[in-house]
Amino acid sequence: MTRVNVNVHHVTRIEGHGNLVLNAKGGKIEELRWEVPESPRFFEAMLVGRHYDDVHHIASRICGICSITHTTASIQATEAAFGIQPSEQTILLRKLLYDAELLESHVLHILFLAAPDFLGVDSVIPLAETHKDVVVMALRLKKLAYNLAETLAERKTHPLSCVVGGFAKLPDLNVLKALRKRLADAYADLDVTVGLFKTFKIPDFARETEYIALRDPKEYAFISGQIASSDAPTVSINDYLNVTNEFCVPHSTAKYTRNKRDAYMVGALARFNLNFKQLSPRAKKIAKELGISAPNHNPYMITVAQLVETYHVLDDSISLIDQILERGLKGEGNKVKPRAGRGIGVVEAPRGILFHDYVYDDRGIITKANCIIPTNQNHNNIQKDLEALVPEILDKSEDEIRLMMEMLVRAYDPCISCSTHSLNVTFT
Amino acid sequence: MEVLNLTGEEMLDLLGAVEIVNFREAITNRADNYDIAFVEGSITRESEIPRLQQIREQAKIVVALGSCACIGGVNCLKNHLTMNQALQMVYGDSAKYYDTILARPISAVIRVDYYVRNCPPITSEFLKVVKALLLGRKPEIPSYPVCTECKVAGNICVFELGKTCLGPVTRAGCKAICVTGGRHCWGCRGLVDEPNINSEEEILKKYGLTVEQVVEKFKIYNTYSEVMR
Ligand code: SF4
Ligand code: SF4
Repeated sequence: MTRVNVNVHHVTRIEGHGNLVLNAKGGKIEELRWEVPESPRFFEAMLVGRHYDDVHHIASRICGICSITHTTASIQATEAAFGIQPSEQTILLRKLLYDAELLESHVLHILFLAAPDFLGVDSVIPLAETHKDVVVMALRLKKLAYNLAETLAERKTHPLSCVVGGFAKLPDLNVLKALRKRLADAYADLDVTVGLFKTFKIPDFARETEYIALRDPKEYAFISGQIASSDAPTVSINDYLNVTNEFCVPHSTAKYTRNKRDAYMVGALARFNLNFKQLSPRAKKIAKELGISAPNHNPYMITVAQLVETYHVLDDSISLIDQILERGLKGEGNKVKPRAGRGIGVVEAPRGILFHDYVYDDRGIITKANCIIPTNQNHNNIQKDLEALVPEILDKSEDEIRLMMEMLVRAYDPCISCSTHSLNVTFT
Repeated sequence: MEVLNLTGEEMLDLLGAVEIVNFREAITNRADNYDIAFVEGSITRESEIPRLQQIREQAKIVVALGSCACIGGVNCLKNHLTMNQALQMVYGDSAKYYDTILARPISAVIRVDYYVRNCPPITSEFLKVVKALLLGRKPEIPSYPVCTECKVAGNICVFELGKTCLGPVTRAGCKAICVTGGRHCWGCRGLVDEPNINSEEEILKKYGLTVEQVVEKFKIYNTYSEVMR
């Protein structure tokens, strides 16, 4: 009787720590678990008692990778609580700042975290030797995203200038103009990436699930809209708790979620499936080239959906810069008047829909906070995918099974914010 | 391959450095003993303490990386609650599944040789420390306050605008980036060696601000510091 035992402690190339456990005997699965044994973080507890002007500064630190998204969701929650409607100028700048983060995050995942699997190397480090051009290209795109974010908010990780009510400092239009040119040049790099992806063999697997993402009638939604689902009518962001239905499981400190089915998916593939029609023409064309159409039920295609979105984001950021250059920028003197009440801010983080929910007192101090991150919404779906996938591949070798399982987890780009990481370096 | 899990953004720049000093091979190896261990994050769980002690035993040099590891950082904000309150607030009835302790910097648990401060850590500072250590030198870190750098950067002092700032008591090295970005200093690099809290108070008095306003700001990164306790 064959025994299969896969135990991946700390899946590599994801943010944070997660373990995969599989025990099977004679073709029967005895144990199959995606574990998230992270230290519990207490951002909700930490936000209580804070003044609104410091709230997004702290909320940004929920995650170093998508700090712009957390900052934006946080600012929007505070503005909703205070009844502040941001100006058109602010919205343009916020969208552009958001694009910078999506660009950086997607490029990093596509080329550094997912591509090594397809190129048969175990990390980006050997990739630097075998495919130096790919690494150099990824670094170039990443730098572009960084510079864009720095221009708008002084810093990419934990942005500074975006605040409740607007921007504390406005970007230099000449610098934006120069960035526009670099963005236009970036298509060539993305085309190379598409060429690379066409040579990859994406595992053939499908499991239909519920897909959830923001939807805005005006555009492919990233920082505005309501909550759309593949299985249910669109609902207001104010009713998000009826969608997320969080629950705790003993083997994980992350909270899990479910809505219409036993699990749901958020992120690039969910957005692609729900809002495909609103992608830019160029992004749609690339989707066709890459052989992905909506709806697609293969979680390994999340990375491909990210690549399609990256084109959309380049188109979008160039158009935003054009609009900003045309109208110019003026100091708006962000006046903020706190008032008691509750506000909900929702943003599509690169990895999926993100909720911030605050209650303020009349001095602008938080009395209650809730935050639901995308990765936690996907954990349950990852588990269900594994339960569907593993029986299909049990006849393969342990190494192959392990790789397929790891690749599945990595496709979700999970980002498990963690309180202690350690990096060990040896040299002789 | 914890490098990839580590600092996200900074890791790529680290790869650049790895090439420069040519210890790329080493990074892919997971050896039992190593010369330098970088530790990120604060300690918030009992089970992390033995893990950290083991790292200390195996490494010749331990470097704390980022505000959480260096000074406790934002995680310590939960320390004003009892741990049961904090768990209840976040996990409700399921609180019993979790283990948490007062958040603390790693220096509260083990001996730390060097600090790479800031939230987020600054890549160039990180690389400077790595290079110094590789050359067997002691990395130099400024001990003067952020205000010194803020003036060099040509910023208008935010006290002039009626806001509060922790620049006068915070260790420099970030070029006062937050003030340049239109904000103020939150003290993420920790206190200067001999913080003159009186000077901060004097400034406050001059601008008609209260100590409470500063204390609330100070808590964000420095709840764990001596001054707060
Ligand atoms: S703004 Fe802050 S850091 Fe700059 S000079 Fe004033 S007190 Fe110092
Ligand atoms: S200005 Fe203050 S809060 Fe900002 S990076 Fe420097 S030390 Fe940290």
